[in-house]
Amino acid sequence: METLLTWIGTLPGAIGQGFVWGIMALGLYITFKILDVADLTVDGSICTGAAVCTMLILSGVNVIVAMIVAFFAGALAGLVTGILHTIMGIPAILAGILTQLMLWSVNLLIMSGKANQPLVGFQFRDKVLISTGTNNIVKTLIILGIIILMLICALYWFFGTQFGISLRSTGNNRSMSRAQGINTSFTTVFGLALSNGIVALAGSLLAQQQGAADINMGRGAIVIGLAAVIVGEAIISKISSNFFLKLFSVIVGAIIYWIVFQTVIFLGLPSEYLKMLSALVVAIFLGVPYIKKQWFSKKAVLKKNA
Amino acid sequence: MLEIKNVSKTFNAGTINEKKALNQLNLKLENEDFVTVIGGNGAGKSTMLNAITGVFRIDSGEVTVDGQNITNLPEYKRAKYIGRVFQDPMMGTAADMWVEENLSIAESRGKHRTIKWAITKKDRERFRELLTQLDLGLENRLSTKMGLLSGGQRQAITLLMAAMQKPKLLLLDEHTAALDPATASKVLALTDRIVAENHLTAIMITHNMKDAIQHGNRLIMMNQGKIIYDVSGEEKAKLTKADLMAKFAEIAGENQESDRMLLN
Repeated sequence: METLLTWIGTLPGAIGQGFVWGIMALGLYITFKILDVADLTVDGSICTGAAVCTMLILSGVNVIVAMIVAFFAGALAGLVTGILHTIMGIPAILAGILTQLMLWSVNLLIMSGKANQPLVGFQFRDKVLISTGTNNIVKTLIILGIIILMLICALYWFFGTQFGISLRSTGNNRSMSRAQGINTSFTTVFGLALSNGIVALAGSLLAQQQGAADINMGRGAIVIGLAAVIVGEAIISKISSNFFLKLFSVIVGAIIYWIVFQTVIFLGLPSEYLKMLSALVVAIFLGVPYIKKQWFSKKAVLKKNA
Repeated sequence: MLEIKNVSKTFNAGTINEKKALNQLNLKLENEDFVTVIGGNGAGKSTMLNAITGVFRIDSGEVTVDGQNITNLPEYKRAKYIGRVFQDPMMGTAADMWVEENLSIAESRGKHRTIKWAITKKDRERFRELLTQLDLGLENRLSTKMGLLSGGQRQAITLLMAAMQKPKLLLLDEHTAALDPATASKVLALTDRIVAENHLTAIMITHNMKDAIQHGNRLIMMNQGKIIYDVSGEEKAKLTKADLMAKFAEIAGENQESDRMLLN
């Protein structure tokens, strides 16, 4: 009973983590699901968002302004990947890796050459939007909830506009899109910029939640984001194909991911194994549907021949 | 309407796989011409259409539509003037998007895509009307994923989409080849109707000689990247399948002849 209560006590923190990473995963959803591009820029741009936001808050800039600047800094990173990919013809994955590597230097420069810039301390308590860890968790969850709702509504609206559906068709069928007069290079670059902007926005929230910007905070971010996207999809795709719900499912996926994560830690798994666990979860979720399909079609063929 | 002047295109130039796909090709289409194109595999039929639509840059020559030189325009800008239907029913539409979303994309072809909400109630009514005319029972499937429709249904909608913004030119690349005979003839009838109703200028590639004779007002035969036979009007109306077969045999002989010369 007592352990159950302790476990329940970890939930608000997990949900808070899920909210922030859910925002990051919404950004990833745009590239991975809508544009059909695997964009590794995010491992760098989430840190860029954190770094920009932290440094601006430290220099006395309003937190909302700092977060908006962080968004555009991330968008700029996406723009670089987009240009490497479309104008210079570099495969998307490699373009993302190149930008990510560039961002390592850029992020260090932003953080004045320090690998870690703490944001905690008395004088900044009132200057941030959300509190660190589980301090003031209810307020944090409400603020994050509002941001998420606004973001999902904005994305739902955007992808229903004439320009927005041209982005979706770009990911769905590039040659058809060009035949219908869509500049697919432009839509791809725009999508990458928007995606990384959102990821950087999540980074700015992550810095506030963790109380610091750290040069290593983006390592493996794409895997956590992907986990949220595919776990969410696995749940919602069976219920509905509504686009609003699909966006919502990404947040649900992120929350589930963090609850599982916290539970595993709670059960005593040493933290060294956590990244391994994240990667395995993604590998299994991506791999199982494929293997299932292969196996079932093989069985169908055998049956037919029997 | 359309003029192709001395257009050449060589793939894999300078390699062992060098292929001269278009060889100083010339073609001039008048307004409301409906040309059917026949020719063996590798004759350059699809390459000609791709040269018109700008899938690749041509090596030399010039393509003009309605007096405007489009040779250097990127593919997506030419789309304003050109409607296309591909051979593969999967190619012409976005499979994971709804029917109405596909139609909306086609409706904005050649226009500036704004951040206005794409599909209004009014649009939906107009789309439903358009689909009713197809007579394929699609009018109540506006919010069905394109990929769930049959090949024939998808080709019919692709045709509709190609004609939606009344293009100057409609290009059909064996658009019935992947369909069963009954569906193919339905889609062909629809093609005739759409071309006639919208007064379109059209080029249709086909491997079916009967279709090539029956449809359109002009027929061209291609071989080795050139037009080697061009009939229209009265002469085309009198054309028989036997005439075309003879023509094909003649080419086959010539091709063999040149091969033999090469070998010697």
